[in-house]
Amino acid sequence: MEATLARLRERIAAAVAARTPLRPRGGGTKDFYAETLAGDVLDTREHHGILAYEPSELVITARCGTPLAEIEDALARQGQFLPFEPPAFGGEATIGGVIAAGLSGPRRASVGAARDFVLGAHLLDAHGDVLRFGGQVMKNVAGFDVARLLCGSLGVLGLITQVSLKVLPRPREEISLRFECGAVQALTMFQRWRAQPLPVSATCWHDGAAVARLSGSSSALRTACAALGGTPMNEADARAWWSSLREQTLDFFRNDETPLWRLSLPATASLDRSGGELIEWSGALRWLRSDAPAREIRALADALGGTAMLWRGARSASMFHPLAEVQRELHRRLKRQFDPHGVFSPGRMNEGW
Amino acid sequence: MSRNDASPQSDAADARRAELRRALAGVLPPSCLLFDAEQTAPFECDGLSAFRQAPLAVALPQTEAQVREVLHSCRRLNVPVVARGAGTGLSGGAMPSADGLVLSLAKLNRILDIDPVACTARVEPGVRNLAVSDAAAAFGLYYAPDPSSQIACSIGGNVAENSGGVHCLKYGLTVHNVLGVRGYTIDGEEVVLGGAALDTPGLDLLALAIGSEGLLMIVTEVTLRLIPKPKVAQVVMASFDDVVKAGDAIAAIIAAGIIPAGLEMMDRKATAAVEPFVRAGYDLGAAAILLAESDGTAEEVGDEIAGIERVLQAAGATRCTVSRSEAERLRFWSGRKNAFPAAGRVSPDYYCMDGTIPRKHLGHMLRAIEAMERKYALRCMNVFHAGDGNLHPLILFDAHREGEWDRADRFGADILELCVELGGTITGEHGVGIEKIGSMCVQFAATEREVFFGIKRAFDPAGLLNPGKAIPTLARCAEYGRMHVHDGQLAFAELPRF
Ligand SMILES: Cc1cc2nc3c(=O)[nH]c(=O)nc-3n(C[C@H](O)[C@H](O)[C@H](O)COP(=O)(O)OP(=O)(O)OC[C@H]3O[C@@H](n4cnc5c(N)ncnc54)[C@H](O)[C@@H]3O)c2cc1C
Repeated sequence: MEATLARLRERIAAAVAARTPLRPRGGGTKDFYAETLAGDVLDTREHHGILAYEPSELVITARCGTPLAEIEDALARQGQFLPFEPPAFGGEATIGGVIAAGLSGPRRASVGAARDFVLGAHLLDAHGDVLRFGGQVMKNVAGFDVARLLCGSLGVLGLITQVSLKVLPRPREEISLRFECGAVQALTMFQRWRAQPLPVSATCWHDGAAVARLSGSSSALRTACAALGGTPMNEADARAWWSSLREQTLDFFRNDETPLWRLSLPATASLDRSGGELIEWSGALRWLRSDAPAREIRALADALGGTAMLWRGARSASMFHPLAEVQRELHRRLKRQFDPHGVFSPGRMNEGW
Repeated sequence: MSRNDASPQSDAADARRAELRRALAGVLPPSCLLFDAEQTAPFECDGLSAFRQAPLAVALPQTEAQVREVLHSCRRLNVPVVARGAGTGLSGGAMPSADGLVLSLAKLNRILDIDPVACTARVEPGVRNLAVSDAAAAFGLYYAPDPSSQIACSIGGNVAENSGGVHCLKYGLTVHNVLGVRGYTIDGEEVVLGGAALDTPGLDLLALAIGSEGLLMIVTEVTLRLIPKPKVAQVVMASFDDVVKAGDAIAAIIAAGIIPAGLEMMDRKATAAVEPFVRAGYDLGAAAILLAESDGTAEEVGDEIAGIERVLQAAGATRCTVSRSEAERLRFWSGRKNAFPAAGRVSPDYYCMDGTIPRKHLGHMLRAIEAMERKYALRCMNVFHAGDGNLHPLILFDAHREGEWDRADRFGADILELCVELGGTITGEHGVGIEKIGSMCVQFAATEREVFFGIKRAFDPAGLLNPGKAIPTLARCAEYGRMHVHDGQLAFAELPRF
């Protein structure tokens, strides 16, 4: 066992013996993404490095503490990328944190989420065992899909020590089109596009304009541009703009006085009721600044068939949308199976455990 | 071959059956309950007919409410429940428990809703895979995962196995195309996982449910993602005089930044077996042929096909043909799709493996299989979902010849072990079921298997859903899995096989 892994293991053994909680943490860029933060920090950054990457296999395997930036650089050198465009929220982000948080960026509606690109993961559990789930191959149905379960688990099941991710070739070309329009018109447009074989890789509406990014071969983009209309954006501007959306550095995300709600809804949910001020994922993700009582916003999301997360700003209610009782019980039982002493990140995902 | 012939004829079984009968009679109409041996016989096995077991009874509910009531009754009486879709599974996942009920979801076969704006379909689990695409076709949409059993297999079965198809390299497996499921635990409690919204709070239990082989919950409704039908598709067929070169060509296509919609490979033994009866026009002189498909708009396909051809030529293809019409494209594929029946024609028996390996080892694997052919004095023809590294070696043998089955069995076990050794897996798409339960011990350590049992306990504390499948107990860790086809008696012989 590598020395860095052995040290992490010792920390876990000691914490379990003393029943003191631990909180796996990479760069800490997603500390805000938690119901509550409790436990001593178990810093993963010492356990870093890309273990395997062969572009023709479309798989990269890296230790949890590897900086996201290092991975993205390695991929870019080979003309590849992480298709789910994970938000880093700071240069310190690690790949372990990216997968434990399970957040996806602008491309999510067209290519899939972080979990869709997880092929395998190693878990250092409360018993000090390193468990291997999934692998480095595209198709694998042996055993329950624990590797994907770990994606978005926020460290509550144990420490993810390494991950294998599917990667893809970067699109040959990209072009972004801008449309001056209202939100209702934008949603209608996104819906029309969705049902056609168009190379739309991301959409957003905010502040009186919709932006669509097209990705693919130059011939496909030419045809699509002709069909869609809109005003092409300057390439560098477009790249910077999508990055500021992904990293939430747009002005809209900055003001933290009014709570910022993240509504995950069916893409076709009506707008007047959701009141989204910034729309992503062709309508499936809507951001809302509102002082309205959490109860009201959650009831609205429920009624529209989705959920509402209190993303940033004064915490007047739980961050995460409450789970149905049956689900909550399943979560409790799973937590007990993985972490019988409740050592890992207690309260991060759910009050109480 | 491990075969379970125990028939539950004992008094105890009779008493249990009578008790179950009384309980279910209050829940289901008589036409939806089968107790007599003649009636339950068709449910004794799935597509892997070598593994059979008579159940206590078969229930065929027509509504979700009935499913819940049946589960309540079974839970109360402590009766195991084995879910069943269309019974096309190839790993014995739907094989009954001797003391259990088979819960067929076949009558829950309504397409509840196709939403052409959201591009989703909400269906009951008994709906056939192809029926979804047929119903969506009116809107120019389809459901991407296309197992070759798609005329027959059910969406519920696809969810339970995380099924694939020839187009998964580009479009993903079932797990990438299911937005949500609804179902019931053995306690009869409703569980809703995922849904029409893309993100849901909490742990990703949907990922656990998909591929869970009926061990965690009974799925009663599935929300599927539909995608727009590509306007055009074309396939390139390329010949190679060496299998390693063919393997390298696959890596070269991907290294060139191309993700074909399908990327398949057949070796000379496979093309020789299929050509006489499908006349696909395969190059019988080639050591291996590749089929690479491109789909999309006419411009995209034009660019991509040109790119693929360039790479294949540079990789040493001795011949390259591009389909010029839809009929020709289908003809090129027909041989690939008929590889299994062809194996049944050239040999009295065959044994199909389903391992996956990193693509770069394809050549190595093919060489190793050649060495194994000599070692076991048996022939093996190879058809690969090469783009995904998913192998279906078909070991040819004659069960009537003394010792041949044993040799085929060890041959298969060697291949699966090599898959694990090369960093791959014992099953890419057919599932573990009862067939590969032994091989699970090769791939997973006891601590890892214990996690699987822990998950099982969280959903099904009483251990009543499909007991004895998918996860081996320590005691089972002595056997290796297999698919054995005797005298061509594979169920669904009329369907193309992958
Ligand atoms: C000719 C042929 C070709 C095939 N080709 C492919 C292929 O290309 N790719 C591929 O991946 N597979 C293939 N298969 C395998 C098989 O078709 C798939 O595994 C399919 O998904 C099984 O569906 P089914 O409805 O027949 O399920 P069944 O065989 O009835 O059941 C399979 C498993 O699912 C469980 N199950 C079924 N319904 C439910 C439910 N509603 N809730 C919970 N659990 C449930 C059962 O308990 C069982 O464990 C092929 C099989 C044949 C016979």
